[in-house]
Amino acid sequence: MSLGYYVKSFTLWELLKGHALTLKYFFKPKATINYPYEKNPLSPRFRGEHALRRYPNGEERCIACKLCEAVCPAQAITIEAEPRDDGSRRTTRYDIDMTKCIFCGFCQEACPVDAIVEGPNFEYSTETREELIYDKGKLLDNGDRWERAIAANLAADAPYR
Amino acid sequence: MIWWFTALGANYEWAYFIATIIDILVIALPVMLAVAMIIYVDRKIWAAMALRRGPNVVGPFGLLQSFADGAKVFLQETIIPAAANKGLFLIAPIITFTVALIAWAVIPFSSFSVVANINVGLLYILAASSLGVYGVILAGWASNSKYPFYSAIRAAAQMVSYEVAIGFVLISVVMWAGSFNLQDIVLAQKGEVLGIFNFNILNPLLFPMGVVFLISSMAETSRTPFDLTEAESELVAGYQTEYSSMAFALYWLGEYANVILMCALNATLFWGGWLPPLDVPWLYVIPGTTIGLGLFWLLAKMAVCFFVFSWVKATLPRYRYDQLMRLGWKIFLPLSLLFVFLVSGWLMLTRFHPIGA
Repeated sequence: MSLGYYVKSFTLWELLKGHALTLKYFFKPKATINYPYEKNPLSPRFRGEHALRRYPNGEERCIACKLCEAVCPAQAITIEAEPRDDGSRRTTRYDIDMTKCIFCGFCQEACPVDAIVEGPNFEYSTETREELIYDKGKLLDNGDRWERAIAANLAADAPYR
Repeated sequence: MIWWFTALGANYEWAYFIATIIDILVIALPVMLAVAMIIYVDRKIWAAMALRRGPNVVGPFGLLQSFADGAKVFLQETIIPAAANKGLFLIAPIITFTVALIAWAVIPFSSFSVVANINVGLLYILAASSLGVYGVILAGWASNSKYPFYSAIRAAAQMVSYEVAIGFVLISVVMWAGSFNLQDIVLAQKGEVLGIFNFNILNPLLFPMGVVFLISSMAETSRTPFDLTEAESELVAGYQTEYSSMAFALYWLGEYANVILMCALNATLFWGGWLPPLDVPWLYVIPGTTIGLGLFWLLAKMAVCFFVFSWVKATLPRYRYDQLMRLGWKIFLPLSLLFVFLVSGWLMLTRFHPIGA
């Protein structure tokens, strides 16, 4: 409670110092990116929207081993399978409930044929919950759409596996 | 404008009526537009100080953001709580917004343009800004909900406390200018300091009053260091808690209309109103013409003042309620009283002419 205290408080010294600081920040470059127009780089290991991949000849990779279904901690994956006409074992149903999925990436770790992967896409918001329950067709579509990015990411990550 | 309508054949009463309506629209519509833009500016400044970008998607540089928000709330449903007093609940935001607009009637925009050049202009402003608290109190009461009610009580106490300080500040300005008329107060600032600066605030006797007025006007409009009425950590959203859609938007508009009104008052009372900053002839008009620059200078001063408002909002945390009351009653009130005493003493010494002397 010295004289200096009163001089400081009546000249609003601390307030002026604080405002000088914020004014300095006012002229600094922005820290945020301009999101919808600029995007941050993603790691090759980024776990985004799921996709079912195909072999280059168009045959789907998934062999319905159901390891992903078994490992899924959120029990978001539902698989039904029976032998196809040519005798190979394929899924008849492959559903992922994206509202249950926790994006742990265990499914792609478990997959022996790199069929189910989590791709780099994270912009797939929908207007209804129903649209987030993905079926096999949707997942295969994703695989076709994102194949190049997914293959590049898998190749980039391969030396560490 | 009245002469124009009488020349068209209307009698004087009708000409006066129509001219007044047009005057009101000429003030009110730009003010509403200014409110929309000032919300955008506020968000931009606030964002810049937080190293963010602020609205930048709707329209060029995000300039149309406020209109997009307005369209969005306009299309929403107004929910009236079942236990609310419907009449009061709906009339409260209207009061807030109306009162924020009516005070503009006495603000002079240039040497001739003021809607109502009344001699008690400053008293009118005080009356109008005091009425503004009714909107908040009625909202808190009519919502029939605890948090809006607490908020309304806080708002009432806060506005009353700071209006006392504002009253004394205004008294010292009025004494210095010798008039309650805002136009005369502006003109009295011509060459106020050293014969060249048109600023009351550079006058050492009025400078502390100017600072007190700036801070009090933030408290009066419930801006950030004093936004106890909508302290979201304590009161949800304050008196607006139960409001939705257009009623909510009216509060928003009213709040910002009040803010630019307070900026205009700061500019008028302490920064020379529509006078240019320096008392040199070529600053009064556009060089080479006779078109006055009064509106430009007033708007420039309001813009600077609003920048300060936003700056403070971006910088300071919220006061605690007892701190708010202490600042109002134990610091601003004695300080402004002291300066009323000093100003009047100085005027007695220098300008007092006894009758008959």
